Amino acid sequence: MLGETDLAAIVLTLKLASVTTLLLLLIGTPIAWWLARTRSAWKGAIGAVVALPIVLPPTVIGFYLLVAMGPNGPVGQLTQSLGLGVLPFTFAGLVVASVFYSLPFVVQPIQNAFEAIGERPLEVAATLRASPLDTFYSVVLPLARPGYLTATVLGFAHTVGEFGVVLMIGGNIPEKTRVVSVQIYDHVEALEYTQAHWLSAGMVAFSFVVLLVLYTLNPTGRRK
Amino acid sequence: MNAVMPSGIRARFKLDYRGFSLDVDLSLPGRGVTALFGHSGSGKTTLLRAIAGLEQVAGGFLEVNGVVWQDAATFLPTHRRPLGYVFQEASLFHHLSIRRNLEYGMRRVPEAARQVSLDQAVELLGIAPLLDRMPDKLSGGEKQRVAIARALATSPRILLMDEPLAALDLQRKQEILPYLERLHDELDIPVLYVSHAPDEVARLADHLVVLERGCALASGPLGEILARLDLPIRLGEDAGVVLEGEIAELDAEWHLARVAFAGGSLWVRDSGVPVGQHVRVRILARDVSIALDAHTDSSILNILPATVEQLAEDTHPALALVRLNAGGVPLVARITRRSAARLQLHPGQTVWAQIKAVALVG
Repeated sequence: MLGETDLAAIVLTLKLASVTTLLLLLIGTPIAWWLARTRSAWKGAIGAVVALPIVLPPTVIGFYLLVAMGPNGPVGQLTQSLGLGVLPFTFAGLVVASVFYSLPFVVQPIQNAFEAIGERPLEVAATLRASPLDTFYSVVLPLARPGYLTATVLGFAHTVGEFGVVLMIGGNIPEKTRVVSVQIYDHVEALEYTQAHWLSAGMVAFSFVVLLVLYTLNPTGRRK
Repeated sequence: MNAVMPSGIRARFKLDYRGFSLDVDLSLPGRGVTALFGHSGSGKTTLLRAIAGLEQVAGGFLEVNGVVWQDAATFLPTHRRPLGYVFQEASLFHHLSIRRNLEYGMRRVPEAARQVSLDQAVELLGIAPLLDRMPDKLSGGEKQRVAIARALATSPRILLMDEPLAALDLQRKQEILPYLERLHDELDIPVLYVSHAPDEVARLADHLVVLERGCALASGPLGEILARLDLPIRLGEDAGVVLEGEIAELDAEWHLARVAFAGGSLWVRDSGVPVGQHVRVRILARDVSIALDAHTDSSILNILPATVEQLAEDTHPALALVRLNAGGVPLVARITRRSAARLQLHPGQTVWAQIKAVALVG
């Protein structure tokens, strides 16, 4: 069965995924809006940077984040001068890394939803006296709801599933940075296959339920 | 409404990009329906969008009923312009019910500025039974009526309509046209109506602007513009005039109605319009022929005395256009040049205009 460290790992994982997803929705929305609307020459470059985590090995992202956030890295220097210390091997560091790692999984569905809305509803809203900000809240967000649902689920699930980045940035500190995927690795290393089975099966069940909910609530090709 | 306010629309826009140009300087009436007529690519939609502020035309000037919406120093964004806009596709917000769609604009207008109530807009367009439905449960014609009501519910100072019937089939058009005519009769605000359909223009417009390749070829009262011989070439088969009159008499035996207008009267098919009703009739140039004597042995019902005013070339070298004056009312006849030569038609000549078909258009 699940031991105390297993439960701690599960709680930590859920906390990390929740905080990360919330931050991603806040950060991802303006990025997605800009990518969906801009005619700037930078669109391709920015879009590619956002999509990088999809193709890069997690260890590469983890390595550069480790260097950047370390005591001599630019981010590390900044956090130190702000009196925050250095981020690697802390929960905050994991959150920052997860935000980078899961960014495309949140930005892309929202961007697609914004693009699908098109120009016309915005123009209609303007002729009905809605300011641009008003239009965003009263027309764009409700119409982009399926995109937000997809983004939330994918962002959360992808963060739960990360391993390489966590290992590079967070190491393996119980109740601080030891998430479920790392805990499973530890169990296997220690030949504790029963515990590994419990956690792994739990992950499979969790992932299946998440995707099932996503596809049930948000079937593709049935847009009104 | 406010009689002290200077009324009318002044619009001056000059735009030139990617092979498309718009160069207009228009003065339009502050009430009634003004049709912006032209073929696709003539710039009529761009002009309408510029007036709405949806298209930013640098260096333009726009004044609506005494208020400057755009000049060198001003550009009122669309949401600050008190206008109503009806797009070619209804473009309802599909996440909101019909009622919420209608309320969307109204709620954003300060209460003191609301002159049209939701009930009035609903009644005017006949959409009361639809209020609690969602947009995807409506037919194309119903959606467009909701879109018009939604625009009216903002109590606009001007209503802009961009081919509101173009995306609908004939049956749906027939369903909406009566409502548009009601708007025309009951609204106290100017309406700019973009169209490429001569029959809609004949039915709805009071004032006509003919656009071609971004330039205004003509702008003036409908009857005056339609009777010009230099423009019908652009109208082709649809060249013709529109007369205003009223139903003077009904002939129950033959199911006919007599329309009296300034220059005489015309018999039309009785379509159930009561005596005394103000109507418009449209007479196409191809349905008017010219005779030197009044034939009584003809099947043609409507024969009016008229004076030849002007002859002009038509689209085909075999054809000529003749402008006639029937008791002060202009008519246009399309005849062959051979006939014109045989009858020796010349300005000032007295002739008989034989009118083969008259259509009641509203």
